[in-house]
Amino acid sequence: MLNYIIRRLVNMTVLIVIVSFVGFFIIQLPPGSILDVQLTKIRERGGDISREQVAALRVRYGIDDPFTVRYWKWITRSLQGDFGTSYETDQSVGERIWNRLGFSVGLSTFALLFTWLVSIPIGVYSATHRYTVPDYIITAVQFVGLAIPGFLLALVLLIIATNLNAIEVGKLFSDEYVDAPWSFAKLVDLGRHVYIAVIVLAVGATAGLTRIMRANLLDVLNMQYIQTARAKGLDEAVVIWKHAVRNAIQPLVMALGSLLPALIVGETLVATVLSIPTIGPMYLTALRIQDMYLAGTILVILSFLLLIGNLIGDLLLAWVDPRVRYE
Amino acid sequence: MSADATNLPTTKAAVEDVGQIPQWQLMVRRFRRSRLSVIGLYFLIVLYVLMIFSDFLAPYDHNKLDSNYAWAPPSKVAIVDGQLVTFKLKQTLDEVRFEWFYTADETQPLPIKFFVKGYEYRFLGIIPMDIHLFGVEEGYQINIIGADKDGKDVFSRLLKGSQISLTLGFIGVLISVVIGSVVGTASGYFGGAIDNLIQRLIELLRSFPDVPLFLALAAALPPGVKVEVRFFLITLIIALIQWTGLAREVRGKVLSYRNSDYTAAAVAAGASHWHIITRHLLPNAMSHIVVVGTLAIPGAIGSETALSFLGLGILPPAVSWGVMLRDAQTVEAITSYPWMLLPVAVLIVTVFCFYLLGDGIRDAVDPYA
Repeated sequence: MLNYIIRRLVNMTVLIVIVSFVGFFIIQLPPGSILDVQLTKIRERGGDISREQVAALRVRYGIDDPFTVRYWKWITRSLQGDFGTSYETDQSVGERIWNRLGFSVGLSTFALLFTWLVSIPIGVYSATHRYTVPDYIITAVQFVGLAIPGFLLALVLLIIATNLNAIEVGKLFSDEYVDAPWSFAKLVDLGRHVYIAVIVLAVGATAGLTRIMRANLLDVLNMQYIQTARAKGLDEAVVIWKHAVRNAIQPLVMALGSLLPALIVGETLVATVLSIPTIGPMYLTALRIQDMYLAGTILVILSFLLLIGNLIGDLLLAWVDPRVRYE
Repeated sequence: MSADATNLPTTKAAVEDVGQIPQWQLMVRRFRRSRLSVIGLYFLIVLYVLMIFSDFLAPYDHNKLDSNYAWAPPSKVAIVDGQLVTFKLKQTLDEVRFEWFYTADETQPLPIKFFVKGYEYRFLGIIPMDIHLFGVEEGYQINIIGADKDGKDVFSRLLKGSQISLTLGFIGVLISVVIGSVVGTASGYFGGAIDNLIQRLIELLRSFPDVPLFLALAAALPPGVKVEVRFFLITLIIALIQWTGLAREVRGKVLSYRNSDYTAAAVAAGASHWHIITRHLLPNAMSHIVVVGTLAIPGAIGSETALSFLGLGILPPAVSWGVMLRDAQTVEAITSYPWMLLPVAVLIVTVFCFYLLGDGIRDAVDPYA
């Protein structure tokens, strides 16, 4: 097991380095630079800039540096925890990202728990009651859940909620709770503002997982050891939950790892629609105004989360299924 | 699968001719049995036919402005004196909310004319035409669905938008299927260093979260290029991100067929790599490729919509369903002008139909099960 973990960790470290390189390359592809954006901004305000000032800004933003130098500057500073200063607000990138990332991860974790709690029992029910009316209904709902892109569902739910005056758009907290210390009331308030996002995130993921669970369980239920267990006179509940589900659940364990980052990524779009201030809208704005340090950092952080998620999934799988370890 | 026994062809004749009729007929027969998939297929055919004739069906150019019709509601249609008519609109300003609202002036009917001359277009991109299915007198508009904030006809835009929305995802998947199959086959068949290299590349691409990578690449597209070029570039981005999954699956299939006895027999008989790949491996993997491809289309359509919706995909003046949704972003717009949400409905139906179709094909490609 230790050998397996070390191998995976080394593999991941190499990937992270390459990912950061490629990520930075992609991010700085857009023609023009933040400098142009800044200059137009200043000129629009009526200010004029002397040639010396422009030159100073060029040095500050490292516009004339070759690619590798810029990458090196960015990555060394990032590793020291200093993600550079966002061009847009002159605030430290690190501070802005951590705040929002925390909420993104929190939201996604919540949606993930929800997904698991719902999809396993439903998947099991759907498989054990195959070709009955409830199974057909579950299958139909799954299809709808899969077919509607998350951001469209968010849009539709947002409209319904607004019509019912059931949501306050564009915030995470009501005004009185923004600066308040964490308490139960604040948590409830947060829930009231983000429940649509959680529902939207959970619906798509739940539909997918339920289908996987159903298909796997159906396969396992055809195995002979299930027949043996039944022939021994075991309680049906024991047969299903102890013998069948334990073996059918492996792909779900693997999905767990990739689901968390997938949810964080999905949250990018949903949060934009719902104008919830999390990492997604921030990334989008950064891309639009070509704030490449900010966008690059977010892209690499998201990739990092994805890799970590996959690692966790693989390790869990290796823990659940010994066969994986010795491959 | 013993549980499926009840679903097998019931008539005796149908069972007996298995093995006598060609496999594709078996597939068609199996596909017909999944009712929902057949319905999905018919729906898609209708949608694509509407798309082909979209310029003919649309009464107005998708960018034709008319401030007299800003936020105009769906036109009322009635039969007066045995003639199909709509009505001229009375525009009044609601001075409290400061919004225009419209009432149909029933004293002034506006006959609907068929096969009228309108804006010029090229049917199928080649034949120049200016005939449209229906329209009203010059200077007035008929909006069967309603109009948007600039008085653009939503029905016309919806039709025009389908030209991009229904094709972009499709072509993107097509390209990714080609890349995925070639790379996947090479990886699985030759193995060794090539396989290793390709798998590392795929692993690297998959270490990026897809949506953010998508957005980053779309943001890198040069602004101000022609619509066709942008369309093509976005298609490429979709293909670039999607092919990795398919390549992995094809590789898996090819690997298993490569180790089968008939491949070994072909190798022993001195068949060339090309012969083995095209005659033995690809035909076997083809059904799988088609299924994965079909099921990837809805995702690609959704991606295009999302990109355009966020302002990084197709840009106005071109129109796709995602572009239309940009106008439906604000809560005020949707609650007062619900017809702006129609693209959502059409989109969901399209995506849903593709899923159903893919599901049916998945069952059909293995007609012996």
